[in-house]
Amino acid sequence: MIDVVYFAWVRERIGLPKETLDTSAQTVMELVEELKAREERYSLAFADISALRVAVDQELSAFDASLKGVREVAFFPPMTGG
Amino acid sequence: MSVRVQSEPFDPGKELSDFSRTVSGAGAIVTFTGVVRDEDGTLDHMVIEHYPAMTGPAIEAIEKEATNRWHLQASLIIHRFGTMSPGDQIMMVATASRHRAHAFAAAEFLMDYLKSRAPFWKKEFSADGASWVTAKDEDEDALKRW
Repeated sequence: MIDVVYFAWVRERIGLPKETLDTSAQTVMELVEELKAREERYSLAFADISALRVAVDQELSAFDASLKGVREVAFFPPMTGG
Repeated sequence: MSVRVQSEPFDPGKELSDFSRTVSGAGAIVTFTGVVRDEDGTLDHMVIEHYPAMTGPAIEAIEKEATNRWHLQASLIIHRFGTMSPGDQIMMVATASRHRAHAFAAAEFLMDYLKSRAPFWKKEFSADGASWVTAKDEDEDALKRW
């Protein structure tokens, strides 16, 4: 089981802040493909992953990062702090 | 070294005097305060969302990197989340060093990294509606100079 969290417009587009998934995905990209196949709101949110960033267990990561032993994956647009 | 992520407003003047008292032997203190722009009077308010489980650790890592690169006696980072109006303080950075070059450089480094690597997202609300602030290429480019 893995927690998937969404922020900013990704959260709005998918329509929820967090969900817990039973997934066999080995990498972040496989998880993205699995989500896109579920419903249109996911395929819309993940249509252009170059517009997205991902954090794996709260660390900024690449989309080819492994999900082995991972508890939480977060998807969000580029950050706008400061 | 101190990091605070909070929804409450803060008083930059008080923060500076408190910070100054904690540093001895620092010949230079630099502060930066980020304030909500009114966007020529069109902005009603702004909401800043963040990723609570990541925000603290991400900012602490940025602060640690600054401490490794420059001789800092102390640093302070305050970043707010929640609803803010034009003129409200969003965030503040303070650095203290023996010499000003280190204090200035570290403060700029912290600002550049907080902008693009701390998990905050700004949403602006105006009479025309709401929109997420998009990250600028120049903000990402600013990281390359470090």
